[in-house]
Amino acid sequence: MKKLTDISVGTHTTVCELKASDLLRERMLALGLTKGARVEVIRKGPSGDPTVYGIRGAMIALRKEEAALISVTD
Amino acid sequence: MGLTYQSTQSNAMTDLYRIDKEEGQFIIALAGNPNTGKSTVFNAITGLHQHTGNWPGKTVVNARGEFRQEGKENILVDLPGTYSLFASSVEEEVARDFICFGNADAVIVVTDATCLERSLNLVFQVMELTTKVVLCINLIDEAKKRHINIDARGIEKDLGIPVVLCAARSGIGVDKLKETAVRVAAGEITPKPVPVKYDDKVEELIKILLPEYKDTTADISVRWMALRMLDGDEKLLSAMSAHMGELVLEDNRPLSEIQEELPDKETLRDGISEAIYRRIEDLKAKYIQEDSEVNARDKKIDNIITSKRFGLPIMLLALALVFWITVTGANIPSSLLADFLFYIEDRLTELFTYLNAPAWLHGVLILGLYRTLAWVVSVMLPPMAIFFPLFTILEDLGFLPRVAFNMDHLFKKACAHGKQCLTMIMGFGCNAAGIVSCRIIESPRERMIAILTNNFVPCNGRFPTLIAISSVFLVALGGNTFGIMPALAVTAMIVIGIVVTLLVSYLLSKTVLKGIPSTFTLELPPYRVPKIGRVLYTSMIDRSVFVLKRAVVVAAPAGAFIWILANVYVGDISILGHMVNFFDPFGRFIGLDGYILMAFLLGLPANEIVLPILLMAYLSTGSMAEYDSLEALRNILVGHGWTYLTALNTMLFSLLHWPCATTLITIRKETGSIKWTIVSALLPTIIAIAVCFCTTVVYGLVGKIF
Repeated sequence: MKKLTDISVGTHTTVCELKASDLLRERMLALGLTKGARVEVIRKGPSGDPTVYGIRGAMIALRKEEAALISVTD
Repeated sequence: MGLTYQSTQSNAMTDLYRIDKEEGQFIIALAGNPNTGKSTVFNAITGLHQHTGNWPGKTVVNARGEFRQEGKENILVDLPGTYSLFASSVEEEVARDFICFGNADAVIVVTDATCLERSLNLVFQVMELTTKVVLCINLIDEAKKRHINIDARGIEKDLGIPVVLCAARSGIGVDKLKETAVRVAAGEITPKPVPVKYDDKVEELIKILLPEYKDTTADISVRWMALRMLDGDEKLLSAMSAHMGELVLEDNRPLSEIQEELPDKETLRDGISEAIYRRIEDLKAKYIQEDSEVNARDKKIDNIITSKRFGLPIMLLALALVFWITVTGANIPSSLLADFLFYIEDRLTELFTYLNAPAWLHGVLILGLYRTLAWVVSVMLPPMAIFFPLFTILEDLGFLPRVAFNMDHLFKKACAHGKQCLTMIMGFGCNAAGIVSCRIIESPRERMIAILTNNFVPCNGRFPTLIAISSVFLVALGGNTFGIMPALAVTAMIVIGIVVTLLVSYLLSKTVLKGIPSTFTLELPPYRVPKIGRVLYTSMIDRSVFVLKRAVVVAAPAGAFIWILANVYVGDISILGHMVNFFDPFGRFIGLDGYILMAFLLGLPANEIVLPILLMAYLSTGSMAEYDSLEALRNILVGHGWTYLTALNTMLFSLLHWPCATTLITIRKETGSIKWTIVSALLPTIIAIAVCFCTTVVYGLVGKIF
């Protein structure tokens, strides 16, 4: 299973599982990162991190530490 | 058997969220995701100009205002923006607790028409909590521009609550929203929210629990309470007992018995969120039509604004441009204001002479109090009335979250929170406000770092000082009033402030505030074309009122006090003179002088008065010369031995020195710790002294070589 950080810029993927816990998990769920949600990898920041993701119509920036906690389908 | 909350009348926490209202008045709460234009809706309804901006987490504390509907006053409470009611930060907790435990008669949930899918999550959570909900779909004008079609009536039917389409910036739909909210509060409209159905096991357990809650005294929906018992959000449960009294199990049957039948908490919470989003997806498919590429324009802009090559240069350029407009634009109004205010001073002096008023009275009131006031107003007001509207435009455009995004890797390296950047931006207006805004940072460690370093962003009171000194020294150098040099100098100061912030953050997180950076999610809102006219107007008025208020409340009395110090003699020298002599050796040691150090010390109540005090002290009469031109100011400074080093070090000292009294009091309040407040004063002081000492040594060495 891949992590969200493995997905290349400009492509879409689907959320499988969240490895985050507690408050971060709540925040991710609230942002709509539920199982089956489509995520677009939009761009990387000036130094390659954080990365902007298209989630449920919004653009959300996540650092790679957080994005690595999201498992996605290939 | 049954679970009940024993309500305790004397519960302080509950009182916190109960708003006093008069007979027949309604309290309407305004909830919504961050950055859905909630504050704009608030302003449109109340006509009160609360400061708004296009970045998440702007409203940190509850703001309230009044509005009239059918001849009756009602209260509107603006809640901090939240993504959900399972609070993960202080602001989210405040919003949740107000909806749960406050006495609102209706809740308006503001959503963003261009991002309805995500915003509806909160709507469903609020609908579970109370039936008195109105859904406001804001930014409908933006949605139209992006070819997003929303079937409001369809959504209304599907959700079972009234839906109002709004474009609050242009006032569209605001009357309808007011009317609907008040009618819901009055019970004339009874929304019948259709709740999200969860999976069978959960629904079955809710049914078991439902009767248990019938006898609760609180107005909270029983279904919601049952759900929260199931997913066992401990923070929320403890908040519930704090607000409503202790949770009592009447027959000692442990709740855990019921919970045992359930999957683990995480799975349960996932299931609940999934069910909500499935319902939203369904809703979206039925009632919302949009182009496949709605964000295309924003992505193109972001290609440049957040690119590797142009990201940082564009930010610096934008900053320098803002300063350039500020510096050049402020010149003329500044001297006009000065002419006018000092003309009044002459007339007042004539009046005093005519009345044969004693010299000391004229001194304290005119030469001390009035002159300082006039000085602060003429020097501070024009640049601030230009800078802030420009800044607000950047804010409304959606530029600031991109700045935070571009800068994030630096803050991460400094082991600080990415949102620290946003709190620094608030610090531009006022460090005290910046420190309050640090509440948007969830982790206590990173919040403390942000609080301790906020002072390195020059505030409203220090900006004009920086602008004035750089104008005086660099305009003269360039020989051109419209030169770019002063703007570049001020920009350089900001960059130094940022570098020091990062270094200090790094050092703090490697020593006393050890830890790894906490999690970070930052929403980049869509770019929006600001209503420039409205922004310029409200921001200019806002800022002018702020500056004038501070001038009257702080600067004027300080002026009178300083005049007394400068004119009461002990021996041959005034008190002020004694102070200057005392500080002079140390001042010279770090490239300043006794006057400057004393001015900074006496400027503790407010940074605005540092320069006026300095000038007052420099002039032998003990009161300020007329501020008629930059040239006059330059002559006074150079006459007292100012060199480029003195100018540079005064600017650096102003940028880096201890926070003003208001800020210190705010730090004390926000941290609740005397120890940290002392650290917040000592740390910058040491840095300011060290930096000034270094520049002095370097200047001396360079001088010897050449």
